[in-house]
Amino acid sequence: MAKEFETVIGLEVHAELKTESKIFCSCSTAFGSEPNTQVCPFCAGFPGALPVLNEKVLELAIRTGIALNCEIPEYCKFDRKNYFYPDLPAAYQISQFDQPICKNGYLEIDVDGKEKRIRINRAHMEEDAGKLVHQGDITTTPFSLVDLNRCGIGLLEIVSEPDMRSAREARAYLEKLRSILLFAGVSDCKMQEGSLRCDANVSVRPTGQKELGTRSEIKNLNSFRALERAIEYEARRHIEAIEDGEELVQETRTWDEEKQLTRSMRSKEEAHDYRYFPDPDLPPLKISREWIEEIRSQMPELPDAARERLVETYGLPHYDAAILTTTPDYLEYFDRVIRLYPDAKLVSNWMMGELNKYLNQTNREISDCLIKAENLAEMLQLIDAGTISGKMAKSVFEEMFNSGKTAPEVVREKGLVQISDEKALSDIIESIINDNPKVVEDYCNGKGKAFGFLVGQVMKATRGQANPAVVNKLLKEKLD
Amino acid sequence: MDLYKFTIHELQDKLQAGEISSEDIVKSLFSRIADMEDKVQAFITLCEAAALKSARGIDGEGQYGGIKGIPYGLKDLFCTRGIKTTCASRMLENFVPSYESTASCRLNEKGGILLGKLNLDEFAMGSSTEQSAFFPSRNPWDWERVPGGSSGGSAAAVAAGEIPYALASDTGGSIRQPASYCGIVGLKPTYGRVSRWGVAAFASSLDQVGILSRDVRDCALILEIIAGKDPLDSTSADIEVPNYSAFLDGEVKGMRIAYPREYFRQGVAESTRAAVMKALHKFEELGAIVEEVSLPHSEYALPAYYIVAPAEASTNLARFDGVRYGLRDSEADNVADMFSSSRAQGFGPEVKRRIMLGTYALSSGYYDAYYLKALKVRRLIAQDFEKVFRDFDLIVSPTTPTTAFKLGEQIDDTLTLYLNDALTVPVNMAGLPGISIPCGLDNDALPVGMQLISWAFDEATLFKAAYAFEQNTDYHRLTPVSGGGING
Ligand SMILES: [Zn+2]
Repeated sequence: MAKEFETVIGLEVHAELKTESKIFCSCSTAFGSEPNTQVCPFCAGFPGALPVLNEKVLELAIRTGIALNCEIPEYCKFDRKNYFYPDLPAAYQISQFDQPICKNGYLEIDVDGKEKRIRINRAHMEEDAGKLVHQGDITTTPFSLVDLNRCGIGLLEIVSEPDMRSAREARAYLEKLRSILLFAGVSDCKMQEGSLRCDANVSVRPTGQKELGTRSEIKNLNSFRALERAIEYEARRHIEAIEDGEELVQETRTWDEEKQLTRSMRSKEEAHDYRYFPDPDLPPLKISREWIEEIRSQMPELPDAARERLVETYGLPHYDAAILTTTPDYLEYFDRVIRLYPDAKLVSNWMMGELNKYLNQTNREISDCLIKAENLAEMLQLIDAGTISGKMAKSVFEEMFNSGKTAPEVVREKGLVQISDEKALSDIIESIINDNPKVVEDYCNGKGKAFGFLVGQVMKATRGQANPAVVNKLLKEKLD
Repeated sequence: MDLYKFTIHELQDKLQAGEISSEDIVKSLFSRIADMEDKVQAFITLCEAAALKSARGIDGEGQYGGIKGIPYGLKDLFCTRGIKTTCASRMLENFVPSYESTASCRLNEKGGILLGKLNLDEFAMGSSTEQSAFFPSRNPWDWERVPGGSSGGSAAAVAAGEIPYALASDTGGSIRQPASYCGIVGLKPTYGRVSRWGVAAFASSLDQVGILSRDVRDCALILEIIAGKDPLDSTSADIEVPNYSAFLDGEVKGMRIAYPREYFRQGVAESTRAAVMKALHKFEELGAIVEEVSLPHSEYALPAYYIVAPAEASTNLARFDGVRYGLRDSEADNVADMFSSSRAQGFGPEVKRRIMLGTYALSSGYYDAYYLKALKVRRLIAQDFEKVFRDFDLIVSPTTPTTAFKLGEQIDDTLTLYLNDALTVPVNMAGLPGISIPCGLDNDALPVGMQLISWAFDEATLFKAAYAFEQNTDYHRLTPVSGGGING
């Protein structure tokens, strides 16, 4: 009989900290500039140039620690992680080895309505490396170009405990972490731009076994989907190997998005000896308790608190509240609509339904959405006023989303005003009845469907603008 | 006029009295350099045109004072904007920085005029300048002998009258040892007293920018200018810089001076020992209280230093990889080969030795046994000093166990060469300030240096005592420059 296996997952997440300047020099962190226009003697690794810690990085790291329920020790220090690579100018990365800024935290995830606490081992500050630009393919290019614009941007590496047991849990963790980082205002968390990067440590073991199995570290996970797929693939690969009696080796693997599989990069034996040691250019940091409390007192609302607020204040289901608190922009949108249009469940439905649909289709963030919160509220009011029907509203919404016009503008331009005038509708209904004697007969013989057909014909004749309630009423009067 | 004979303060007096111009000084020094450089070989780069231009500019303003209008030299480890900075290495033979070290910048802002960049042991690793990738410098007291190192070019140039003073760096004795060998004043300030920004790093926790000058007054004047917090160097101390010149009153009455017995023992030449003991008697005569003390962990300083310094150097020098600047082997087939072959060609044997030592000491499995243990030793050494300074104002010792050795004499004997630093290294390990001043001649008529050590950030006491000694002796006048020496 086949054994049952359990997948064990831990994630290492790199979040780029949202600062104007780099972690150890005053170069700009702006994204997408011309190569090597944001460099100085320090971040390009020139002799004699020295690091000076950007206080803002420290503040954001502390803020993250608070948001992730971490301890923030009184002292922390920076270490050098030594290795040669063309995108690492000093041939060492300034990082934190044994005394990180944050330790022993956690966050809560929710999968299928089940809450679970995922522990966070540590979060430490470090500098990003530059990037290599190749002519065509890396295997055939005659040379590499080095762009150091990104080199020296402050990162926070957040390392979880191996507390996740499925790809879905891993995804939920990463989503929750992203929400928290966004709410805490510490990172933009844009996976496509690389400001949020994730590596996964995956192993499997027979259910019930205590010791962890041999693990793989998977790199190059550039989306939530890639994370899930890679973990599923890797767990399957491990289980098959174990069942076939093959020996697994501890190794680093990379996710091949195109082929949807993981490939070996290097084994443990080939792993670098980073020769960590305390960076003598940066004195150890003493983090004052007063400063931590000051930062704590200025913390913005975090996702869990926001979710509770939505449930308690508006009586929204947990599911809705969780989705509305995915990002601070999303929540802010909701909060603004609700101020003008207080039916929370209806607003939530529109946001989770139509709004999300179009955002996903167009790959847009809510912050770039052409329908502003006020415009959505206004549209909902038009439905209540009977100006447009709920059905019409969907096409109005689509037009608003694409053009950025307000609901009244769309209604006016398309002549979409709902016809509730009984006199006008009466004439149309009369002619429909006259044109369909067979159906009228069916109706009189008790066929319910026939009534629906007639309503449909009226709607069609009015291009959907007839007020369905009025049509129902008039039709009934005339037929009965 | 032989302006090369004068100190900064003497030259400044003449400038302010209108006897000479800055241009006169620069021209006089370049003519001295032309006469001497064949033998001294102190300079890697000369900046004659720029120096003359600066001098004329200053003369045009007609305002003098401090160091304004007076030339200086820089150990070629200080980055200078638009001027080649080689670190005496093939690796950086053609490297021209786009930035200026904070220390030289502060001199320039006060009207200092850079004459040129001075020879050293490659990346400051050595005790004789024989490790320079270009040529060795020579001791003006005896051309057969080394000027010491690593700041040998700087010390030789000051002693030979090519420049009145130079800025250099001291990691384990690199200023004090050559000052001692060349019979001049050499100061290594407290760690953190002077910014290290723009000075190519050897061992960051030990490196400190300091001064080579002909007398104590000049040294105090320069430290006042270059010391102080630099926002670009996180290890520079935010501690007020005293007016050091105000401490030059010639008084040591009641000063408590200790001499550690360990510093007068094995390996210390008899004539050196005698000269320093004589100096201690002088201090007593002047009213100081002199007592013997013990610094029991002294003997472990050198071995610990040869773990810590190479460990830091191994990572500091890893940036020289041929990617962005410096020597690159462009024949290499791939990037890994390019790294190793550029470094193999760019670095000399001593630099390679230390990189390998340091890499080994930091390697996984050896870190605790070597690096961590060395840090513990370092703490013990600092505690030794701390105890003594509870009861004393000053520690006095020889600067080096012997006087200058001959070129080639120790080049193949690395361990003996390392022993040159035995008495200076503990001061760096403890982060304290130390000054070397001349205190006599040995039997070969070579200068003997005396090292004065004070508590952290108490350079004022060093200057006070050194100045009092200088005022009451003539050793600092016994230089080749003044004509009293051998090659004047
Ligand atoms: Zn920079």
